[in-house]
Amino acid sequence: MDKRFFLKRSLAIGGVFVLLVAVNAVSAGFVGFNPLKVLADIPGGIVWMAQNFMPSVAAFEKIDTILISLGKTVLLSVASSCIAAVFAYLCAVIGSREAGLGGPFPLIIRGIASVFRNIPVVAWAFILMFSFKQSEFTGFLALFLGTFGYLTRCFLESIDEVAGGSVEALRATGAGFAPIVTQAIIPMSITAVVSWTLYMIETNIRDATLIGILTGAGIGALFDVYYKSFRYDLAALVILCIVVAVIACEAISNYVRRQII
Amino acid sequence: MEARNLLQIEKLGKDYSSKSKALTDVTLSLPRGQFVSVIGSSGAGKSTLLRCINRLIDPNAGSIVFDGKDVAGMGRRELRQVRRRISMIFQHYNLVYRSTSIENVLQGRLGYKSTIAGVLGLYSEEEKERAFTILDQLGLAEFAYTRTDQLSGGQKQRVGIARALLQDPLLILADEPIASLDPKASQMIMEHLRWAVDTLGITCLVNLHQVDYAIEFSDRILALKKGHLVFDGTPDELDARAISDIYGTPYVEERAVRGGLFENLEEEVLATVGAA
Ligand SMILES: Nc1ncnc2c1ncn2[C@@H]1O[C@H](COP(=O)(O)OP(=O)(O)O)[C@@H](O)[C@H]1O
Ligand SMILES: [Mg+2]
Repeated sequence: MDKRFFLKRSLAIGGVFVLLVAVNAVSAGFVGFNPLKVLADIPGGIVWMAQNFMPSVAAFEKIDTILISLGKTVLLSVASSCIAAVFAYLCAVIGSREAGLGGPFPLIIRGIASVFRNIPVVAWAFILMFSFKQSEFTGFLALFLGTFGYLTRCFLESIDEVAGGSVEALRATGAGFAPIVTQAIIPMSITAVVSWTLYMIETNIRDATLIGILTGAGIGALFDVYYKSFRYDLAALVILCIVVAVIACEAISNYVRRQII
Repeated sequence: MEARNLLQIEKLGKDYSSKSKALTDVTLSLPRGQFVSVIGSSGAGKSTLLRCINRLIDPNAGSIVFDGKDVAGMGRRELRQVRRRISMIFQHYNLVYRSTSIENVLQGRLGYKSTIAGVLGLYSEEEKERAFTILDQLGLAEFAYTRTDQLSGGQKQRVGIARALLQDPLLILADEPIASLDPKASQMIMEHLRWAVDTLGITCLVNLHQVDYAIEFSDRILALKKGHLVFDGTPDELDARAISDIYGTPYVEERAVRGGLFENLEEEVLATVGAA
């Protein structure tokens, strides 16, 4: 009896492995991807990058231009994340199953969040460029909408997970909705909210770079210009600055997270 | 003026879905200043009964009259006023764990506050003094400024009781208040509830898993079985036969159980001998 159970499990694991290899082979064949050729190309690629994609001493003359652009992009992501967080939190409080207003709100809010979350930020940028042209505001709006959808979903789950019991208790004392929000829901969910918002700021700095290439603003646009004019040393410096900024942001948010627990 | 019952429930019914009925035709009345336990196996409808009384759950049928007011047919504003005089205590304490004990206790006053004062958490000096007094009476004076997630289970539940008492309740509903506590803390919590009944004249309606605690502390015991009220009497009237009926376990006297064990043992010994 027992033996058959373990045999079945081994067969299942083996089956999944074979299936994965098969799927990989089919899809690689479909797009003309040759793993061996890629492996052979990697050393050449690295050598090329090491020769061309290196920040040169001359590149550092442009550091102030780069830093200003980078600052703009970082601020853009911080602003879009924070404003999106405020709206997302309002929606999440209203739409929460455990704590919210009930009625049709949970379904409506979840629907809205789902729509915004499932359209990629890049798609938002393309859509919004029709109305707002290539500008910083287009980038802001694209990041805002994607972040809003994602954070609403995260906040909904955080609130439902953490605030249900205390909300029930305060409801039983005869407290109204607004005092319940400030006295129970906000204190119980604030750590999760800060943590998710910080995470979105990190993500948005990366995304803002990409969006900037499309909307012609910020550090992304600068990278695009240098890259297309074959100034690989400058482009490399831009990337280096972005990496440093993202790591710094991550370190700061980790520190903040530890402090608020 | 006639001595009205504090709570009068008639033919209360609740079904969550069309198939299963959580409560059927429950009729009971509670006077002031009585300690009443509700026992019954899990799923019998104990929590549903308690939550219908303060309308955290809306019943489907029947009437609930609390302190002369019809709770079942009430609008939201009136309901909030009635809830002020009905406190609730929970198995999992349901505190705001990121706030201190004193803040949690003061939240018992939220039903009495204007929206602005409630939103900002503004309490009067008198309310604060009373909150400290109650914490002191429950032996928690030194933990007033401690965040409640740092308290033990028994201490958390005492904060829950303090919050309930600051409401000036006529009725306390306690849903399995000791189910997550060790025997010593359980004993203490039950004693505090008994104290509230004896010295403050509050009525306590307490769901309990443990029949022995119900017998030790109650003036009166109710039993629910599959949503029906099947027992309503004093602890003395709750004998072994009634208990076995409530929980649907076969009724066996203690001595009979022992005899049965020995018989089985004998049989086993004989079987082994036979096999050899
Ligand atoms: N929110 C709910 N939705 C659907 N059914 C429920 C819900 N709460 C309780 N029930 C059902 O109602 C019955 C009574 O539950 P409950 O009052 O929690 O019993 P107890 O507290 O005695 O364990 C159970 O059969 C349970 O499955
Ligand atoms: Mg229960």
